[in-house]
Amino acid sequence: MIRQRLWQRFIAHLDPTLLASLGILLLISLVVLYSASDGNWYRVLTHMTNILVACTALWVGANTPLHYLMRVAVPIYLLGLALLIAVGFFGEIANGARRWLNVGVTTIQPAELMRIAVPLMMAWYFEKCQVTLTLKNYCFAALLLLLPVTLIARQPDLGTAIMIAASGLYVLFLAGISWRIMLAIFVTFMASLPLVWSTLHDYQRHRIMMLIDPSQDALGRGYHTIQSTIAIGSGGIFGKGYLNGTQTHLDFLPERTTDFIFAVYSEEFGLIGNLVLLSLYLFVISRSFIITTHASTYFTRLMAGSITLTFCTYIFVNIGMVSGILPVVGVPLPLISYGGTSMVILLLCFGILMGIHKNKRIVQT
Amino acid sequence: MKYPIELKNDKQDIYYFKLRLALCFGFVFLLFFILLIRLLYLQGIQKNHYQTLAEGNRISIVPITPNRGLILDRRGLVLAHNYPAYTLEITPNKVSNLSATIDELSKLVDIRPADRKNFARLMADSFRAESLSIRNHLTDTEVARFSAQRYRFPGVEVKARLFREYPHHEKFSHLIGYIGRINKSELEQLEEDELSNDYRGSGYIGKTGIEKNYENDLHGKAGIKRVEVDAGGREVRVLSNTPPTSGNNLILTIDAQLQEVAEQSFGNFRGALVAIDPTNGEILAFVSKPGYDPNLFIDGIDEQNWRDLNDSPDVPLNNRALRGQYSPGSTIKPFMALAGLHYNKRSPSYSIKDPGHFSLSGSAHRYRDWKKDGHGTVDLFKSIVVSCDTYYYGLANELGIDNIFNFFSRFGFGKKTGIDMEGEVSGLMPSQEWKRKRHNQQWYAGDTISVGIGQGYDLVTPLQLAYATAILANDGVAYRPHLLKEVQSVRVNERRFPKMDIEFNLNLNQDHLKLVKSAMVGVTQPGGTAARAGVGAPYTFAGKTGTAQVIGMKQGEHYIERKVQERYRDHAWFIAFAPADQPKIAMAVLVENGGHGSSVAAPIARKVLDHFLLNKAPQSAPAMHEAKGGAND
Repeated sequence: MIRQRLWQRFIAHLDPTLLASLGILLLISLVVLYSASDGNWYRVLTHMTNILVACTALWVGANTPLHYLMRVAVPIYLLGLALLIAVGFFGEIANGARRWLNVGVTTIQPAELMRIAVPLMMAWYFEKCQVTLTLKNYCFAALLLLLPVTLIARQPDLGTAIMIAASGLYVLFLAGISWRIMLAIFVTFMASLPLVWSTLHDYQRHRIMMLIDPSQDALGRGYHTIQSTIAIGSGGIFGKGYLNGTQTHLDFLPERTTDFIFAVYSEEFGLIGNLVLLSLYLFVISRSFIITTHASTYFTRLMAGSITLTFCTYIFVNIGMVSGILPVVGVPLPLISYGGTSMVILLLCFGILMGIHKNKRIVQT
Repeated sequence: MKYPIELKNDKQDIYYFKLRLALCFGFVFLLFFILLIRLLYLQGIQKNHYQTLAEGNRISIVPITPNRGLILDRRGLVLAHNYPAYTLEITPNKVSNLSATIDELSKLVDIRPADRKNFARLMADSFRAESLSIRNHLTDTEVARFSAQRYRFPGVEVKARLFREYPHHEKFSHLIGYIGRINKSELEQLEEDELSNDYRGSGYIGKTGIEKNYENDLHGKAGIKRVEVDAGGREVRVLSNTPPTSGNNLILTIDAQLQEVAEQSFGNFRGALVAIDPTNGEILAFVSKPGYDPNLFIDGIDEQNWRDLNDSPDVPLNNRALRGQYSPGSTIKPFMALAGLHYNKRSPSYSIKDPGHFSLSGSAHRYRDWKKDGHGTVDLFKSIVVSCDTYYYGLANELGIDNIFNFFSRFGFGKKTGIDMEGEVSGLMPSQEWKRKRHNQQWYAGDTISVGIGQGYDLVTPLQLAYATAILANDGVAYRPHLLKEVQSVRVNERRFPKMDIEFNLNLNQDHLKLVKSAMVGVTQPGGTAARAGVGAPYTFAGKTGTAQVIGMKQGEHYIERKVQERYRDHAWFIAFAPADQPKIAMAVLVENGGHGSSVAAPIARKVLDHFLLNKAPQSAPAMHEAKGGAND
């Protein structure tokens, strides 16, 4: 009896529908990773550990009281900002970018923390000033967003910067910023594109150029896109079969356990597999939208909306880049790609989403 | 109070929020639709295109170069063989920045400017996307150093290749020739002959000599291997394999030891020697001095060496035995004598009184004998032994150019012998018709007289003269001179021999032949012009000296060897066969600027005959290792 009660309390804040669909996707990720890593069990076990840690984060997220979440928004944001600045000074350089911070036991990517800290901070800010929202508030919120985005873009890590910018813009949009201001921002953005272009790193420009014509440098920068497109296309309708992808297993696919894992999946499971995957994603997204509409407070609505839309953006940008319709930016495929930090943050977000759902009535009353 | 305002705002807010959320959901749906369209396009519509690309990534077709056949002498001594060595090769279309890659490579492996130049030339000449060598003959250290850094150089590989080598360098150069890189015109020829598939990946072809003439036998057929490769170009597994067909080994009629003796006997002289077995046409020695090192040509000769060879006054690249054309001088006297007997212009017993010169009736011009005071009473036998010019002036005049032309043509003068080596020239046997065509002049009686002692328009190659001597030695029965004795197929252990039928039989009068031959024996006996060369020979040998003038002498002028610059000295000839009664070898020796045939050319012939008939090795026996069978490696 007591044990049953404990269990019920344990799972009380979890959303079974969302949890089940996430579980299926994570299972798929294990299966694909085994193939992508050429049967490397060590990789698979590490990934399982990551998933376990991430599930804990999910549970923590789901069981964190919302007022507590609001209370930690500012400290987390400030911590994240401090770490980002620290990275700028003491970060470790890998692949020409300064992204990692050695904190003794492990290396962390502060930018990943910002993925949750930025929407949290902005949602908190709008909640605080919701009574008297003026243009000034929107401007300050935009500043809260621009600061970390600029720091991350300078690392350089264009992919994460874009994704965090997107998550913040969703908050701004859902917070009710007027269409006129959005239009103004859009026009300003378009006008400042040449300026942005001039501040981009050479490799970032190259990647954008590659999208326009990948074959002009088939063995250089365009190689990634060309090989992943071949992998997807050659998978055909039914795929080449599990563990039989030639592009994957003969090393033609780069980054195939992380950013390009979708090509591995596509090559081996074909169009049918892709339909299954996209349906699962769409299911998760739909469920998240439902949760968002039911969210009770301004803060939770903004938070849930931002999490859901950012999730969608990750999927679109990743599959778009792997299938050659978007430039190559370092964005993982959510729930499938190998990588601990992003997995933990993602499931933490879903945990928060579940918590929001369970708390809808509590707050409403 | 704020309360009612807030409530109103809240409701409105929620409405606007849901509106915006619905907009977002619609937008997300649109994005997913875009992805779906893209995936449908890639995996449905363009499926075949991308599957082809994936196969192209995966499967690599590797040509396997066949082993080129060996070239051996009649005893099995290797004259041309292959040895394995490491090369550093670049596949240009797998390398993005070629010059930067080569710069990086040069830090590991010694790459000289000449290598770069060579590589650039290969690039220009290369007709397929194949790997091209940037450095040949890597040392073990260099191979190790590159292998450790290999991952840095996609598209660059160390390959073990077989290289052609001519172990005897200059010695057989004009005979064996050499191979070299296939050039554009040769490639077109191969494509025309539908042989280009056999040459996939080999890149070398015979350029001169035996290497060129028996290219089809030596080269073999390329094999093809389909392999699965990974992105780094490493072979993962073999999908199918068609092994190459090795080229056939050639066994030549050449006796390398004999050739060695002949080459040594020349000393520093330039010249040529061709020795033929008269009973079957096999060429036993084929010398052209000076030679060159054929190894220099295999991978393209460098400029310095090319200039040295090409500008040398000794013309080492000229195959004198095959392509050198010289006046035959007195060596044609035995054939003239046979013609005289044949056309009944002379009988064996007919003799003349030689005053030391000859004049045509009604002309004051004196055709001088080489001996100022003449040879006294001279019959046919003596005319050959002492090489009496006056006798042959008269004989030529009586025979007339038409008879001479007909008779000499039957011995092969003025025609290619048909030897199995490309580039042979035909020499010249003049006729009335020829002179009309060539010089637009009529034939004068004086022209015939010059031809009678081999100083006229007539020109012969050493090969031709050796061939004619062989026909004479073999009593008028001719075998086509040839260099190939046997073709050995390594794979099926099959042996093939060229046809050795009688080419033609002149059906000469045996008494005439006997007389002329005995006179030629007399040449090497005391009293003969080559008596010194014949001293102490334990076999009878027949010969005839000859001298080909390099510069003409004016009437009344005398040729004094000492006074003439070396380059303008006469060429010395000697033809010989032995043993006289049953000839096993016939030859022609030419020594450029050697002066009289008796003093330089005849001793060379004697040394060669001694070696061949007595197997008396020369004093400084060359250390030649015997080849171990017909091993193809």
